[in-house]
Amino acid sequence: MADATVLIIACGALAMEIVELQRLNGWSHIKIQCLPAELHNRPEKIPVAVRQAIKTCRDDYEYVFVAYADCGTGGALDKVLEEFDVARLPGAHCYEFYVGTDEFEAMSCGEPASFYLTDFLARHFERLVKEGLGLDRHPELLSTYFGNYKRLVYLSQSKSPQLEAAARQHADYLGLEFEHRHTGLNRVGRNIGDHIVQWQS
Amino acid sequence: MSQDEEDVILAELLDDELVEQMFDDLYDGLADEIAEGTQILLDRGWEAKKVLDEALVGGMNIVGVDFRDGILFVPEVLLAANAMKAGMAILQPILSASGTEPVGKIVIGTVRGDIHDIGKNLVGMMMEGAGFEVVDLGINNDAETYIAALREHRPNILGMSALLTTTMPYMKVVIDAMVEEGVRDDFVVLVGGAPLNEEFGEAVGADAYCRDAATAVEVAKKLVLEQRAS
Repeated sequence: MADATVLIIACGALAMEIVELQRLNGWSHIKIQCLPAELHNRPEKIPVAVRQAIKTCRDDYEYVFVAYADCGTGGALDKVLEEFDVARLPGAHCYEFYVGTDEFEAMSCGEPASFYLTDFLARHFERLVKEGLGLDRHPELLSTYFGNYKRLVYLSQSKSPQLEAAARQHADYLGLEFEHRHTGLNRVGRNIGDHIVQWQS
Repeated sequence: MSQDEEDVILAELLDDELVEQMFDDLYDGLADEIAEGTQILLDRGWEAKKVLDEALVGGMNIVGVDFRDGILFVPEVLLAANAMKAGMAILQPILSASGTEPVGKIVIGTVRGDIHDIGKNLVGMMMEGAGFEVVDLGINNDAETYIAALREHRPNILGMSALLTTTMPYMKVVIDAMVEEGVRDDFVVLVGGAPLNEEFGEAVGADAYCRDAATAVEVAKKLVLEQRAS
């Protein structure tokens, strides 16, 4: 059995954030295993990847937690998790668990034409958004992808002026209004912490 | 692209070679070449319907299969669709003027709270290509808008699209409203969108879930025939 007793299988887009939470909370008994963040653009592949990761590792740990939301899998991820009795982060996607369900609903209902960035997406915009959508090769597709959007909402986890400036540039590139909301990591940290405490008790 | 391929002169190709070349050009998203090829076939006396079916829809079906099989990705499909639109722009006025009876009529739109329309637009375009009259309601449609459009246009089919797991449940709201208004059985209801599946389609009370644009066309044709037979 590995030294760590708890395994967190996480979206690669949360890697830095969960490592930071581990440091802040002294979660020395936790091992973090990240799946490729590129799955963000291919959500149909997430359940298969998570299933494989759980099957490979579950015997080495006492408790397994999945740091994904539904993430566009339309309930398919939950079916995998039910099979193994494994919990995940709440909500439809990372924007929701960073902000909280009620506030996210208010934001998205208030302006459905919102495109969201987290720290990770602001940092890797070129690779995941521009290259991922083929905009680097075909800039003429920009209006096809983003023509219906009105604003870019940057949901920041860290207080980084550089990332905020980058997010603002991304909004300019997409031709969208810019809005910034700081979410921090408290909500997601509490959620993971609660699951671990619940398991321990 | 090799020098040889760059030097292809469409007007010098035989009909079947030209159609093959148009398949390649659609695949590569070359809108100007598709417009040129379409015009050449018309000038050679091809019926607009034949150009549409054999050159454009035939080519887009190849694109659809390769997308489904993971060989092509969204950007390439969008470029192919733009190329097809260039050909359709030439054919559509001729088809409209010919007074050909449409295969059926579909009202299509993205549900409330959702502004994504790439998939919905592809379906609309492929439906037009298959001879359906398409009434596109655009994005962010509530149940009242759908029902008003059904009453106004009297289509065979209602098609609803959603990209978000947070918005797809609204399809059930629309179908429940149709039941409440007593019009559910008057229309075939098709649903589609990346996070949906067959189970969801059944759960919300749709007649069918369509995984892609080509499937949507096939299912639509079949269900309209069944609707007319009943």
